[in-house]
Amino acid sequence: MRLALRELRRSKRRFTPTMVALSLLVVLLLMLGGLLDGLYIGSTGALRAQKSELVVFDASARESTLRSRIEPATRATIEDVDGVAATYGFGIALVGAEVPGETDLADAAVIGYEGNVDGVPAPPEPGTAWADKSLEASGVAVGDTIRVGPTRIPLEVVGWVEDTNYLQQGGLWVEPDTWREVLAESRPGAAVGDDVFQNVWVALADGADADTVAAAIDDATGTTETITRDAAVLALPGIKEQNSIFTQIIAVTFLVAGLVVALFFALLTLERTPMLGVLKAVGASSRQLVGSLLTQTLVVTAIAYLIGALVALGLDAVIPPEVPIAITSSRAVFVAVGVFVAAAIGGAISLRRIIRIDPASAIGTGT
Amino acid sequence: MPALQLRNVRKTYQSGDSEIVALDHANLEVPDDEILALIGPSGSGKTTLLSIAGGLLSPSEGNVVVGGHDITEYSAKDLTRFRREEVGFVFQTVNLVPFLTARENIMVAAELAGRGSEKAARARADQLLEELGLARRADNLPAQLSGGERQRVAIGRALMNEPKLILVDEPTSALDTKLGNQVMELIVGEVKSRKTAAIIVTHDTRMVHYADRTVSITDGVLAA
Ligand SMILES: Nc1ncnc2c1ncn2[C@@H]1O[C@H](COP(=O)(O)OP(=O)(O)O)[C@@H](O)[C@H]1O
Ligand SMILES: [Mg+2]
Repeated sequence: MRLALRELRRSKRRFTPTMVALSLLVVLLLMLGGLLDGLYIGSTGALRAQKSELVVFDASARESTLRSRIEPATRATIEDVDGVAATYGFGIALVGAEVPGETDLADAAVIGYEGNVDGVPAPPEPGTAWADKSLEASGVAVGDTIRVGPTRIPLEVVGWVEDTNYLQQGGLWVEPDTWREVLAESRPGAAVGDDVFQNVWVALADGADADTVAAAIDDATGTTETITRDAAVLALPGIKEQNSIFTQIIAVTFLVAGLVVALFFALLTLERTPMLGVLKAVGASSRQLVGSLLTQTLVVTAIAYLIGALVALGLDAVIPPEVPIAITSSRAVFVAVGVFVAAAIGGAISLRRIIRIDPASAIGTGT
Repeated sequence: MPALQLRNVRKTYQSGDSEIVALDHANLEVPDDEILALIGPSGSGKTTLLSIAGGLLSPSEGNVVVGGHDITEYSAKDLTRFRREEVGFVFQTVNLVPFLTARENIMVAAELAGRGSEKAARARADQLLEELGLARRADNLPAQLSGGERQRVAIGRALMNEPKLILVDEPTSALDTKLGNQVMELIVGEVKSRKTAAIIVTHDTRMVHYADRTVSITDGVLAA
């Protein structure tokens, strides 16, 4: 062990290129992961914030909130289904918002709701909104009156809420009639009548099974498709594709990290074979030499991870807030575990070679 | 008790279809304070004999008894411990650990053993450095040492764990005569003062006067 650490300290320059390469890969992994998480968080907040377990779409809407309509009669049928404790109307209008003192329009999602949303208080007065804190970056402040949609409908911001965005648009949570007005003005063709919503969220009665209730709702109405909150999140446009593409890039990056470590330690071992032979000849066990290599792998990876994480956090701080990067602690842990596993596997490639070094090679005979 | 007994030791190497007999029914006894010179031409089996005596190679036939223990019975793990504690090697090519100082290279064997106090090991290493004329080189890396100095560090490494048998393979082959004589005198002096046994392999007959006894080897066959 001491031998391994001494070598690291004394031959820093030899380990530096690998450490730099690994650090860059860690930066890449954290930024890619942060972007994936940021995109996911910014796209799905309005749905993830729902406390209700199920959400009902019109069957023809193919799980799109903007295409879906739930009439009051359908809602009444839903409420009669066994296992349904309460229902909450829900609708969204994507609009541009004029912010006082700003020239650019802010992207906003005006969300009409009736309650049961985590972190969002009961619906505010007509003409007012709870605004997502991310809109602060677009110049919004509490007390401002912003104007949304083509006819610039005024909405007064009365407080902040967090992590409630929808498809990268800042959430503006309003009572249902305000939402209907905004929807009618911004997309006249999509206007809905009184008491009509796009979705109905369903809170389950105690002990009710989500899948059973969902099937019962669709049976009772005959015109709806009821899915869980998690399924609704995945049904958002682009989310599945985003997840799979990023996951593949991240997997390849881990693979590259493993290869970098594997190649470096394989070359190092090859170059040190005569010296390792001498150490075995003077009484080093294979276990000690393998332990040394693994120690070096772990230390190199740990340092690379620290450097990479610091650089990633630094970049995150200077990247403009419009870029939805969110470096979360769970992502940081995931990347750490991932690079350590990749490095350990990479380092392990050289174990067999070390074990097979013949101590007799030290004295110039043997193979 | 003799430091080393070879009993009917035979060592063959497989080379393609043919068999090379590197050591043929060798019998040898080295008393516990004798310095034995083993001389013979290149390819005669000197290194093979030394490797077998030091537990680096196992014989094809016969027994190797070191300090009363038959090491042909040893497991790989036992042999590792045996090499660390019972014998000291000085190799033909010096091969120090490049990133360790002279002192640390000498201490390597003690460190691998992982027991005994670090302070005692350090004191011992410093004394060896002193005896080997390397006191001022203690903190130098091998790259900063001359060939002779490196060879002396290797001698220190072999002596560090106070082995009862010291095995030296052509220590002077890479050095000029004057340096070679110095190194030889150093080895002999160190071994004599410790009253331990040693086998010193050389093909240089001028070196034999340093030894108590000379054995020659030709084509794997020993002759007194
Ligand atoms: N690993 C090996 N495989 C095959 N033949 C070997 C091997 N090691 C040594 N030999 C052969 O055994 C004989 C003795 O070698 P060695 O003990 O190295 O001689 P020396 O040290 O006296 O020069 C030589 O013929 C050599 O070619
Ligand atoms: Mg030889």
